[in-house]
Amino acid sequence: MMTWDTLWPLLIAMGIVLAVVPIAGLYMTFIERKLAAWIQNRVGPNRVGPLGLLQAVADGIKIFLKEQVIPGHVFKPVYIMAPTIGLICAMLSISVVPFGPSTSEPTPGFRAIIAPGVDIGLLFLLAISGLSAYGIILGGWASNNKYSLYGAIRSCAQFISYEIPLALSVIGVIAAAGSLNIERIVNAQGPGIGSWNVWWQPLAALLFFTSALAETNRLPFDLPECEQELVGGFHTEYSGIKFVLFFLAEYTHVVTISFLTVLLFFGGWHFPGLEGEVGSTWGGYALRWGVLLFKVALVIGVIMQLRWTLPRFRFDQLMAVAWQGLIPLGMANLAGLAVVLSLGLSRWWMTGLSVALLVLTGMISAATSNKLVGSRSSRSAPAASWKTTAPAGGTR
Amino acid sequence: MSEVVESGAVAKAKPEKRVKWAEPPQIGFAEALYLPAIVSGIGTTVKRIFGKNETRQYPEVEPEIPPNYRGVHRLNRDDKGRVKCVACYLCQTACPANCITIEAAPAPHDDPNWKDRDKFPATFEIDELRCIYCGMCEQACPVDAIELTSIYDLTGMSREEMIFDKEKLLEVFDKTSEGGKDPVRTKRGTLGPASEILNEQ
Repeated sequence: MMTWDTLWPLLIAMGIVLAVVPIAGLYMTFIERKLAAWIQNRVGPNRVGPLGLLQAVADGIKIFLKEQVIPGHVFKPVYIMAPTIGLICAMLSISVVPFGPSTSEPTPGFRAIIAPGVDIGLLFLLAISGLSAYGIILGGWASNNKYSLYGAIRSCAQFISYEIPLALSVIGVIAAAGSLNIERIVNAQGPGIGSWNVWWQPLAALLFFTSALAETNRLPFDLPECEQELVGGFHTEYSGIKFVLFFLAEYTHVVTISFLTVLLFFGGWHFPGLEGEVGSTWGGYALRWGVLLFKVALVIGVIMQLRWTLPRFRFDQLMAVAWQGLIPLGMANLAGLAVVLSLGLSRWWMTGLSVALLVLTGMISAATSNKLVGSRSSRSAPAASWKTTAPAGGTR
Repeated sequence: MSEVVESGAVAKAKPEKRVKWAEPPQIGFAEALYLPAIVSGIGTTVKRIFGKNETRQYPEVEPEIPPNYRGVHRLNRDDKGRVKCVACYLCQTACPANCITIEAAPAPHDDPNWKDRDKFPATFEIDELRCIYCGMCEQACPVDAIELTSIYDLTGMSREEMIFDKEKLLEVFDKTSEGGKDPVRTKRGTLGPASEILNEQ
């Protein structure tokens, strides 16, 4: 039975998420443009407002007032529904993510999470973020445009491939905390830097970050919407507010995975010096919130920096990275984790194991990729055999 | 089938020795691991963030225009303040875009100021939208009356106002020659024979 006492914290948390995430999305586009400009030795947007800070607002107003074109050839019900589905899934997945410091057990009063104490938290999140592929796939399919459909198909394959390493990589974290509840996972890590999950599971952190990045459809994994190949991919036929919804879903995903990376692997709101219960003092609470947001901002910065650093994968490379790289690595990591945990060995064995696995992968990859590309002898061999199979004398 | 045989024959005709094989670079351990390359790439982009910007803040900072820039035309005045043009039609003839229209008229002989001149342009129009700014009119002019200035940001609200008549072109001269940005180029090098005659008179 929901009473007012349990309802108002929920409403406030929802209000914060619904208000902050779109604004954060708008400002992330601004920061991204600035960052892109700086990396390319330019200045970036600096005309609207002081330092160009109102550029995001201007962009928002512009795009909301834009004409919404619905092309005649689309399948209208699905076409209209798709961006909404995408955004709903993105927003739903953020509901189990604590966006501020919170205790392991839900406390009465305001909590910085929409759905506190969800015992299937991480599972729910993985399921919902998997669903968000529907927005893209339906959008691309309903557009009745071959490029949009290509984008949707690519997105489909990408989601299926990268869901697996994503799920494999978080198992270690779950095992360490003994819970799927994200607040408990965070509180299982301590304020000391050494107790964060990333140190004893560096490989899992890497796998998680990589596959989560692929789930967000951002460079270098933005094949569903790559401009050079597919015009705009799944959102080619979308304009105005519907385009914004897709766009917002993407940025919400970025926010979610940045939060998750920090919460699962980098200790969340924990920081050396911030000991004791989460909500004991207001100062500590605010500091922890600052620490969490700072870490998240760093991760978002890394994601943006990666976008302007790495070129896009070719599609076969994208699939190869998932199926030949991340999934076997994730499996091996999981096996190692099972051994370490069931034998009750020190957690630091996992660190060594992760590094060893990474080195092994590099060696295998170096050996096989040279073979695949082929040296002179291996490449000229089929040509020679082809020459001999050509009919001697010929039919000419 | 015949295609295969044909290309097979071509391959046979070329001796293997002359074929240069381009070897792809061997992928080492670091490249196969992706991570070192990604880290060094991020290092490059981070270094760029703190590098010098190349942007010129245009409306506030104007570019330095070289003295031989070919911008909006002007009609030069001589030392008596008259239009220097002698209406010889050379620029109109030379113009590849046909944007110059001149109507010549006999110089007003009753005016003592115009005693040394036979003809002068009654009208002189340049369609600035049609012009390709090649500078051939400037080259053709025997008396260095028409010149291109360094005005590069010509804008207008209608086609009509972009057709510059004689008064407007003389105005451009008054505006640009005073600022010192566009000195009269006539003193450069040797002049055409016609202007020599003018100078002697």
